[in-house]
Amino acid sequence: MKKKELCTVESQEQLSEGIFSLWIKTPSIAGEAQPGQFVSLYCKDGSRLLPRPISLCEIDRKGQRLHMVYRVAGKGTAEFSALKAGDTIQVMGPLGNGFPLEKAAGKRVFLMGGGIGIPPMLETAKALTGNSDQENAPAAAKVTAVLGYRDARFLQEEYEKYCDVCISTEDGSYGTKGNVIDAIKENALEADVIFACGPTPMLRGIKAYAQEKGIACWISMEEKMACGIGACLACVCQSKEVDHHSHVHNKRVCKDGPVFEASEVEL
Amino acid sequence: MRKTSVNLAGVELKNPVMTASGTFGSGAEYSEFVDLNKLGAVVTKGVADVAWPGNKTPRITEVYGGMLNAIGLQNPGIDVFCERDIPYLQQFDTKIIVNVCGHAPEEYLRVVERLAEEKIDMMEINISCPNVNAGFLAFGQDPKSVEELTAEIKKLAKQPVIMKLTPNVTDITEIARAAEAGGADAVSLINTLTGMKIDVNRRTFALANKTGGMSGPAVKPVAVRMVYQVAQAVNIPIVGMGGILNAEDALEFILAGATAVSVGTGNFINPETTLEVIKGIEEYMERYNVADINDLIGAVR
Repeated sequence: MKKKELCTVESQEQLSEGIFSLWIKTPSIAGEAQPGQFVSLYCKDGSRLLPRPISLCEIDRKGQRLHMVYRVAGKGTAEFSALKAGDTIQVMGPLGNGFPLEKAAGKRVFLMGGGIGIPPMLETAKALTGNSDQENAPAAAKVTAVLGYRDARFLQEEYEKYCDVCISTEDGSYGTKGNVIDAIKENALEADVIFACGPTPMLRGIKAYAQEKGIACWISMEEKMACGIGACLACVCQSKEVDHHSHVHNKRVCKDGPVFEASEVEL
Repeated sequence: MRKTSVNLAGVELKNPVMTASGTFGSGAEYSEFVDLNKLGAVVTKGVADVAWPGNKTPRITEVYGGMLNAIGLQNPGIDVFCERDIPYLQQFDTKIIVNVCGHAPEEYLRVVERLAEEKIDMMEINISCPNVNAGFLAFGQDPKSVEELTAEIKKLAKQPVIMKLTPNVTDITEIARAAEAGGADAVSLINTLTGMKIDVNRRTFALANKTGGMSGPAVKPVAVRMVYQVAQAVNIPIVGMGGILNAEDALEFILAGATAVSVGTGNFINPETTLEVIKGIEEYMERYNVADINDLIGAVR
């Protein structure tokens, strides 16, 4: 059951240029959240009306804490970046559908993240390696995080605690020079299942790679949202088939996603 | 016991608070936050004779104190709506007002004819879509079209008809009078104000559609002014809307002449806005010892 709650900031730090790490304590949202879901964060400034959808990086169910790592992209996220321990923030969640962890049971899995799509894969890495307090999370046979950065890296050490990590940088300052697909090929890595989050061109490339290799693939999509709960139809993506709810070739990213099987959406 | 119920063109609402079309779906999503039984009415997302895919994304963008939307009236079509959405809403003790959209008169009339046989309480007609017969002009911008379309709809509808007026006109009272002359049972206003936002970093339009409808608290003074003007111009009841976030905002509309009010963008900011408006109106009546909310309608002249 999704809720809107007043949450308390536990800590915030800057990880790299424009990238912030925020831990909040929730009354109950964290206790129900799953890897791949997101929350809506509300601004205090009354001129900024719409909630900002932010994906969950880590979920501490027992401790009722949520970790979010986000990029300052405008005035709303700039407001969040000024929050300090003890400050409060309105949060709605948990929202959307997370990654289908059961599809990764006993399989070799790539967790692929690009840019600000890197944070949402961390809790999935923890869950598939038995390091989360998600109930009934299945164990994967092998988990490899494939992380694509422009230049500065963040969260690398967190991933290294739980799984193998393979890195690409656009400027070649670390790991494979290029993108996440280049990194897989250079290291001759293989998997049976892909879970991915990142910019649309990256997701398009991953979808094509998965299709070519016959690998099952789920991707997390992003779109400008208003309500965040499936009512306003702002954040649609194109679906391959006529959607059972909309009766057109549209699916709601906030409600039907943000995680979709790659073959069911057009990128 | 203070009287909070109002009579909207023969339909008794338990309170004057409704939802604005397009912001609340058909109620299912918001029912996790709002007891729909407490609302005066639910106004549904607009429905057309066939499914519409809507516009390309981005469909929304925030502006100072408001937002622009260009959803493009995505809807599943009247058949699915009658099979799924109307029965869903019938479970609740609230009034059902179905918003109708179309590109051309025939399209509106097909939907109205179908809805005439359904157990719904009212219809609201969105006449702000671009009129395919009149080029870029919306039906709602031409008094003659409004009167003719209203009259045609009234011949088929078995429920009271609300005509929803666009504010993107020189004189909204002229359009309101045309709706009244065509036999409208009520008018609702304002629909969104046409706006534009440019993304200076990407040097492009913020919305795929280039323009979008502006809503939210920033438009409220314009909306209150228009409700007041229309209240002086027609004798049919008015549903007021535009940027209502709290009871004080709603009371402005009621005092300006609205019989009922709709909460739209406010739902996105706080899903419980409708309930807070209802509670706030009751508290206001208590504080000022108002026995009957009908004494407040149009009380400021």
